[in-house]
Amino acid sequence: MYYEVRTEFKEAKVAIAGLGGLGSNIAHALARVGIGELFLVDYDVVEPSNLNRQMYFTKNLGMKKSEALLENLQQVNPYSKYVAADKLVTADNVVSLFKDYDVVIEAFDNPKSKAMLVNLLLEHCKMPIIAASGMAGFRSPNKIKTKKVMSKLYLVGDGIRAETNEEIMNAPRVLLAAAHQATIACQILLGKIDLEEG
Amino acid sequence: MIKVNGEEKNYVNCNILELIDNIELDKNRIVVEVNKVIIPRTQFDNYTLQDKDVVEIVHFVGGG
Repeated sequence: MYYEVRTEFKEAKVAIAGLGGLGSNIAHALARVGIGELFLVDYDVVEPSNLNRQMYFTKNLGMKKSEALLENLQQVNPYSKYVAADKLVTADNVVSLFKDYDVVIEAFDNPKSKAMLVNLLLEHCKMPIIAASGMAGFRSPNKIKTKKVMSKLYLVGDGIRAETNEEIMNAPRVLLAAAHQATIACQILLGKIDLEEG
Repeated sequence: MIKVNGEEKNYVNCNILELIDNIELDKNRIVVEVNKVIIPRTQFDNYTLQDKDVVEIVHFVGGG
């Protein structure tokens, strides 16, 4: 059985800011859906400690995350376009990096970086933004929600700060949040938002 | 009265910086919208809240 990729996805350009636990998993989901162009931005390198939740392999260790993810995605879906940028996103470059994308997905780790990106893109650009806040530990999966919190801002997560050193970021809940972000990105591109519960 | 994330609050004539200090948020980890308009961080201290303003504040925690 073959499925035709939807035109809305083929023609879409989606940017992912940060290629850690959220970003690497979001990218895989969107590559499999058949998003036409994915822009992958991160300055970091794949390390062993990333493998507990980030979508990389031992063969990727030591590589730039942007390059490693691009290579991996080409193995998943060679028909989409991937643009990798080995860059640190700052207040000075954030608008020029992301202004031409239909949807921007915030997938940073640092809360100050999250706020910087969301503030500046909401202020200067028109595209919807999907951000994430709170997915540590192993507490209830049902606390991870997608909410439309501002006219162009969707927020995914449970909003809860990790309180102990044991409560680190783990694959199951990080993937949950990543799946929420990827889902709402698809809904935005299809022009049909559905956040009904139950 | 103003509305902050859906709740009535009495912060009329405060600026945004005073409001977020009062509710103990870090100005570097939030996004603030007043009456559907994003308020740049640089304007937090000279944006005075008026009666009936509707304020939405999104606060980020770390992890990703």
